[in-house]
Amino acid sequence: MLDTKKVGSVMIVGGGVTGMQAALDLADSGYYVYLVEKSGAIGGAMAQLDKTFPTNDCSM
Amino acid sequence: MTLSEVVKVDGNAGDFNVTVKESPRYVDMDKCIACGACTDKCPKKVDSEYDAATGKRKAIYVKYAQAVPLKYQIDPNACIRLKKPGACGLCEKACDAGAINFNDTEKMHEINVGAVILAPGFEAYDPTDAGVWGYGTNKNVITAMQLERYLSASGPTEGHLVRPSDGKPVRKLAFLQCIGSRDENLCGNGYCSSVCCMYAIKEAVIAKDHVPGLKASIFYMDMRTHGKDFDMYLERAKNESGVRFVRCRVNGVETDGEGGDCRLSYVNEDGRQLEEFYDMVVLSVGLQTPKHVLELAKTADIKLTADNFAATSDFAPVQTSREGIFTCGAISGPKDIPQSVVEGSAAAAAVADLLSPSRHNLTTEPTFPAEKDISNEDPRIGVFVCHCGSNIAGVVDVKAVEEYAQTLPNVVYVERNLFSCSQDTQDMITKRIQEQNLNRIVIAACTPRTHEPLFRETLKAAGLNEYLVEMANIRNHNSWVHIQDPKNATAKAKDLVRMAAAKVTFGDSLTPISVPITQTALVIGGGVAGMTSALNLAEQGFDVHLVEQTDTLGGNALNLKHTWAGEHVPTEVAKLVDKVLWNEKIILHKEARVTAVEGFVGNFHSTISTKDGKSKVIDHGAGIIATGGEVFIPQEYNYDNITRVVTSVQFDKLFELKERHVRIAKKFVFIQCVGSREGDNMYCSKVCCTHSVQSAIALKQERPDRNVYILYRDMRTYGQREALYRQARKLGVIFINYELHGKPKVTEDGDIITVEVWDHVLHRPLKIECDLVILATAIRPMPDAADLGKLYKVPVDGHGFFQEAHAKLRPVDFSTDGMFVAGLAHYPKPIEESVAQALAAAARAATLLAKTSISLDAIKATVDENYCDGCALCVDVCPYGAITLVDRAEGKGQIIRVNKAQCKGCGLCQGTCPKRGVFVAGFTMKQISAQIQAALAV
Repeated sequence: MLDTKKVGSVMIVGGGVTGMQAALDLADSGYYVYLVEKSGAIGGAMAQLDKTFPTNDCSM
Repeated sequence: MTLSEVVKVDGNAGDFNVTVKESPRYVDMDKCIACGACTDKCPKKVDSEYDAATGKRKAIYVKYAQAVPLKYQIDPNACIRLKKPGACGLCEKACDAGAINFNDTEKMHEINVGAVILAPGFEAYDPTDAGVWGYGTNKNVITAMQLERYLSASGPTEGHLVRPSDGKPVRKLAFLQCIGSRDENLCGNGYCSSVCCMYAIKEAVIAKDHVPGLKASIFYMDMRTHGKDFDMYLERAKNESGVRFVRCRVNGVETDGEGGDCRLSYVNEDGRQLEEFYDMVVLSVGLQTPKHVLELAKTADIKLTADNFAATSDFAPVQTSREGIFTCGAISGPKDIPQSVVEGSAAAAAVADLLSPSRHNLTTEPTFPAEKDISNEDPRIGVFVCHCGSNIAGVVDVKAVEEYAQTLPNVVYVERNLFSCSQDTQDMITKRIQEQNLNRIVIAACTPRTHEPLFRETLKAAGLNEYLVEMANIRNHNSWVHIQDPKNATAKAKDLVRMAAAKVTFGDSLTPISVPITQTALVIGGGVAGMTSALNLAEQGFDVHLVEQTDTLGGNALNLKHTWAGEHVPTEVAKLVDKVLWNEKIILHKEARVTAVEGFVGNFHSTISTKDGKSKVIDHGAGIIATGGEVFIPQEYNYDNITRVVTSVQFDKLFELKERHVRIAKKFVFIQCVGSREGDNMYCSKVCCTHSVQSAIALKQERPDRNVYILYRDMRTYGQREALYRQARKLGVIFINYELHGKPKVTEDGDIITVEVWDHVLHRPLKIECDLVILATAIRPMPDAADLGKLYKVPVDGHGFFQEAHAKLRPVDFSTDGMFVAGLAHYPKPIEESVAQALAAAARAATLLAKTSISLDAIKATVDENYCDGCALCVDVCPYGAITLVDRAEGKGQIIRVNKAQCKGCGLCQGTCPKRGVFVAGFTMKQISAQIQAALAV
């Protein structure tokens, strides 16, 4: 595999908690990240939740 | 890239060409400052997607108040102007920033990337078509997401729970579980959605908090609270919050009367048909793959399972069928937030493994001009007063604030900006700093929480130290909250500016702290989790020390035969062991344990001692604890006295070896929850239900005339495992539910073992004569987990499992920076979840190891040697263990020492110190007292 081209960038499709976590970890470890989100803002379903178990923290 | 979708994926792993279609926003993102003037004027209202249609939004809108990017967008399906050229256009007139662009068009982007991660999420099942639940016909039947919005302070009723039909307060609330899940007839979704039991409990508890005296009932089939601490929450909901749990399947919801009361009919556990009335019914709807994701899967050319989720392997849970394309989150099966976050990091690890030769190839570090030394200059303060469109200027008399600022001591320059945060203003501020030779800056605008980093960059660009800026929050703390009182708001704005100027006068240039990183990892535990972490980090190019306390790699997986999806565990584990042994980046330490630890993030020094008494110190930048768990050895059910009462792990061996007792046995009884979910062990071991169901299927498939019983409390074959439960029932496995207060009794009389259990349907004890009893025993934490935890200053929870930093958002991090957790050491879990967590821990560790040093904020506690007398009061209050007491040189008493890498600058030490012996940089006594004096001196 050594001679094959490896582009140092990644595309992440979906800007919910899981996509954002992947984006942050990759950007923090030296890769260029394109985060593609279908709607007008990232955040996904978690941003809609009122509070979350177990601390009843606001999800925002 | 928002409003964007992938339409084509060409190429191969390492080199993909992805085509992305970007839909028009009709709002210029560079110009929009999200002041909201447009939305106020927009005459068109439609259902808000964010509020799950419980509330309305305008045609020009932001998804929600805290959206990122906080930029407005126009919905072309609702906008009057976009549908009819020449009409309306009110938003364009209202927008001072000139951001509206009705001529915006769709754009296509071709992007070259090395890998693709699919994380498109799920959609909630729409119960309208099912008919029987009254959804869509009775307004008081809502989905769980709609209840979330009603309960939310930012929701349509601002958190008041009232009936949508008539606005009456809700007194009786029912939750119906498994709507759109575990139901092949009505919706075609045979799988379990995994998260609904838990969210229903949470919503019921919160609803009861909101409405005193509210009666909340949850109608369910099996209570699937299998995650970490979930069962304790369930017990609290039952016993403390008084949520009622009814085991049944509700037939349907009918509307009763004109007010929209909801009538439920169901058959209870005793087999009686019952009827109950509720003010509101919440449908706990399941998760499913949306149509657009099915199309995305087609575009990306990846395989799906029968349940329409991305197909992955248990040993590579984020790898799709196409090399170079990975998944995380609900696309590969319904899952909760922590597991989704874990998979996000896991996908990052998998990508980093693939692309490691190209790390840092495309990323750049920003450069700044050399910093000016201002230590000998008198303060020259520049004040920038922001209008924030009409957000501030609409309430506060900004001109008066500007004039007032000019009168303040040391202020040499004042200017007003329409939007201080816009790029052109940033450039202008940079220019002014240089022109006017400013050396302290006050930004009177919004909150430092969101905008301070931006203005720090502006100072850096002007060659000024980034800590010489102070923000006066005259918007969030002022114009927004005093909108009715402009006069006093203006006076308060002046106060805030005066205080900020006073504080920044005594500001110093601060240097961010740089800590070098040893680019080596230590992984403790050589089971599947530990090996996976070690291998991934090694493939990413880092040196790894793997410490295993036994002489064999493999851990608990050595006891297992098949994963739930049927993959052969011994083959996969052997492959993993091989890869670990052959990888030259991994140094294996067998029969070794960690016995002492020094250091902190980036610079740990762990002493490992081997069985033969030798020890050595390993320097490492990050560490992963993957020490596993152990099988619980039971005492109940006559396990000690009856030979043919065995644990599931023992049974697996006997079954595999075709041992005579198993071979000739005709009747088998499995007893679930042995050592789990009771007393001090109020947690679910997560894997045992699936394990027993799999064993039962194997027994039945081998000889269909065998009688197999499974005695369970709640059958927790969550997610796509539900297919196994269905298969077992089809094969004739008999499932009998028991409650904790009526546990089965196991006795032996000669050759016959009798299991006695209460039969709910027949209302009498049922005696099952059988040949073999299999106990589904719990997974316990390692007994020495707490000792290891103490070495690294990481905690274990009440059950003895390692405690992560945050249950939802930091599921593999410890509160101690640089340490991570994976596998059974964290909580019982199946192999694919252990592997995902192990990859996630590796990704998190790699974010540190990829750098040669870390730069930390300069806001840190600093000791004043002249005043500190070593009283050590601050040592106890420091929540990060960053302060230690040391001897002064030449034996002149004691003094504290702050480890800057561990200090978070919270200031508790400064508040506690009676002698002014410690202060936090950027918040010195002088700065704070100047600020307070300015506040009082009017």
